[in-house]
Amino acid sequence: MKQHIISVLVENRSGVLTRVSGLFSRRGFNIESLAVGTCEAPGMSRITIVACGDDAHIEQVKKQLNKLIEVIKVIDITERSHVERELVLIKVNAEPGKTRSEVMQIADIFRAKIIDVGQETVVLEITGDTEKIRALEELLVPYGILELVRTGKVALQRGAATISPGK
Amino acid sequence: MKTGARILIDNLKEQGVDIIFGYPGGSVLPIYDELYDADIRHILVRHEQAAVHAADGYARASGRVGVCLSTSGPGACNLVSGIATANMDSVPIVALTGQVPTGMLGNDAFQESDITGITMPVTKHNFLVNDTIRIPQVIAEAFYIAGTGRYGPVLVDLPKDVLMRSVSPEEILPGIPDLKGYKPTYHGHPRQIKKALDLLRESKKPVIYAGGGIVASGASEALCRFAEEMEIPVTTTMMGLGAIPSDHPLNLGMLGMHGTKFANYAVTGCDLLFTIGARFDDRVTGKIDEFAPGAKIIHIDIDPAEIGKNKAVDVPIVGDAKVVLDDILERLNPEDRVIRTAWLEEIGKWKKDHPLTCGNGGGLHPQQIIREISTLLDGGGIIVSEVGQNQMWAAQHYGFKKPRQWISSGGLGTMGYGFPAAIGAWFARPEETIVLIAGDGSFQMNIQELGTVAQYKVPVKMMILNNMYLGMVRQWQELFYEKRYSYTELPFVDFVGIAKAYGVPGRVVESEKDIVPALKESFETDGPFLIDFRIEREENVFPMVPAGAAIKDMIGEHVEQEDD
Ligand SMILES: Cc1ncc(C[n+]2csc(CCOP(=O)(O)OP(=O)(O)O)c2C)c(N)n1
Repeated sequence: MKQHIISVLVENRSGVLTRVSGLFSRRGFNIESLAVGTCEAPGMSRITIVACGDDAHIEQVKKQLNKLIEVIKVIDITERSHVERELVLIKVNAEPGKTRSEVMQIADIFRAKIIDVGQETVVLEITGDTEKIRALEELLVPYGILELVRTGKVALQRGAATISPGK
Repeated sequence: MKTGARILIDNLKEQGVDIIFGYPGGSVLPIYDELYDADIRHILVRHEQAAVHAADGYARASGRVGVCLSTSGPGACNLVSGIATANMDSVPIVALTGQVPTGMLGNDAFQESDITGITMPVTKHNFLVNDTIRIPQVIAEAFYIAGTGRYGPVLVDLPKDVLMRSVSPEEILPGIPDLKGYKPTYHGHPRQIKKALDLLRESKKPVIYAGGGIVASGASEALCRFAEEMEIPVTTTMMGLGAIPSDHPLNLGMLGMHGTKFANYAVTGCDLLFTIGARFDDRVTGKIDEFAPGAKIIHIDIDPAEIGKNKAVDVPIVGDAKVVLDDILERLNPEDRVIRTAWLEEIGKWKKDHPLTCGNGGGLHPQQIIREISTLLDGGGIIVSEVGQNQMWAAQHYGFKKPRQWISSGGLGTMGYGFPAAIGAWFARPEETIVLIAGDGSFQMNIQELGTVAQYKVPVKMMILNNMYLGMVRQWQELFYEKRYSYTELPFVDFVGIAKAYGVPGRVVESEKDIVPALKESFETDGPFLIDFRIEREENVFPMVPAGAAIKDMIGEHVEQEDD
């Protein structure tokens, strides 16, 4: 069982996200994360799906995705040279004084931004790969993470390689 | 200016639609009003489920796209089993449903259901038309998607205001599909084809495993020619029946759970399984690890997702069965034709030792009824079945000669499918004798369609193999649940009396000597006719592979059934 990052280019018609996610639940494929948004091509969206499975399983996922009428391209970029990022917001306990300065120090080291400061809490924004985010999360646990939200992974191949409509 | 409903009808005609099976209701009134004087025929069924099954039967019999129509909410929901049936068997249909006006969508309005949401997992694709000007494009796309690539059902949901609004011709978007992500592959990859031929040349014990894809793509002539030129025995799935004539010397009959012993032995013993348009369904393979255990596998399929789905494949070929087989035939060289006498002799011996047989004893045996029908029609006609034992007896014992002669719900196994599908088949091919083989249970699932056959004088010959049981389930209870017949016994029904109430003639047959005279009477009668065959109540379908067992481990032949 390995984590795969699948990049999917779709036509931006209504219901397409339901079709994609429905396909996963119906066939018992497990989604770890799914991130969607419009992209450079007009009328299209790019979906990044992170799913776990052995090679045969992921092959089926790709084939089934390809069967959907609005799906234009599917590639598994796990094995290709790529960059990946995820954005996470973390609300953590940070009482004024020692705790708050510690939390702010940690944020600094991880190049996380503090985007909100409350009476007893701060909200950090961090962008990065899984490792970096996990490391930050672990360091913040002792202070008490009140809420955490993540966008799901997005990824692109490095260099000139693309999955654009024309190619 | 044209209303949406008018635009719809014009577009259906452009698609060549000449018949629609349907049932009216409030949200489709604009369409019905247009149908009143359109030159498209509308057949009023008695239940929407029958409309979709009839469209499916029409499509299977003709090879064209079948069309059905229902109102929103309850009407649309009644289509679901039929759409799922067509989806599992890759049948091209377009289902048109009414919908509440766009302004009321999502409000739980009267007779609203999210039918595109409901049918998403059981359609090839579906559409909610949100603007009148898009109707031509959606209809063009719906027919294109349904009738190309791997065929399948497409649903088009039409809100009432979209149907009623009038638009000027210059506003309307052209009826040209715009589908960037949909490009079916028809031609097999030449390198893969070459690899397949290499494997065929090396093989000492090849078997062809042919499925519904052969029938759908019109590849049966190519299949027979290929089998003959290469002298390779052919076994077909239930969906592939008729792809090769039953009496063809290379035909092994059906394989799988109720296949012939010799087909299952041949598949188990082969060194090369040449799979064409079949999908390794569990009813075919039994225990998957012991299905063709020693064989290399070549798999031709139009749907790439079927290749390697259930079983690893050595040579995958994505393409249309007919296009690829024609390609292969063209490339055959004299040195590809290997004589495999030993293999054919081995199979010949299995065939001789394990023939399909009829039940014995004094009662009325369903296998014999099917054989008599086959003899009387000389293996002709169109045989439509319900689901259960009746289906398996028909599949095993009818002497099919051609493709599109056998219409049956395979993948979903939908009881109640057969009767309306038979009606649809007749509208597709009215020159053929249409025979329905039904169980008493299945027939009662859409028995109200007696009204439809009576009204339109549809000459379906209804053969009810009446065992007063949900026979196939009872068989499983007998074999695997110690004869605890929990809720599978059906009380006596006077089928002939019911038919008579609808104005349809019929007859009861209780003994062997009456089989042929009754069949003759039914075939000689104009219009529909029903025969209630009171068969041996506990007759079983054999051979049989218990669920989950290897297909070589079949139980029973049609000989003595032990009494305990
Ligand atoms: C709609 C539906 N419900 C239930 C079943 C399960 N089922 C499969 S075969 C069968 C019995 C069929 O009985 P009958 O139509 O009398 O045919 P027989 O097997 O006796 O020939 C049942 C209930 C089904 N296939 N379809």
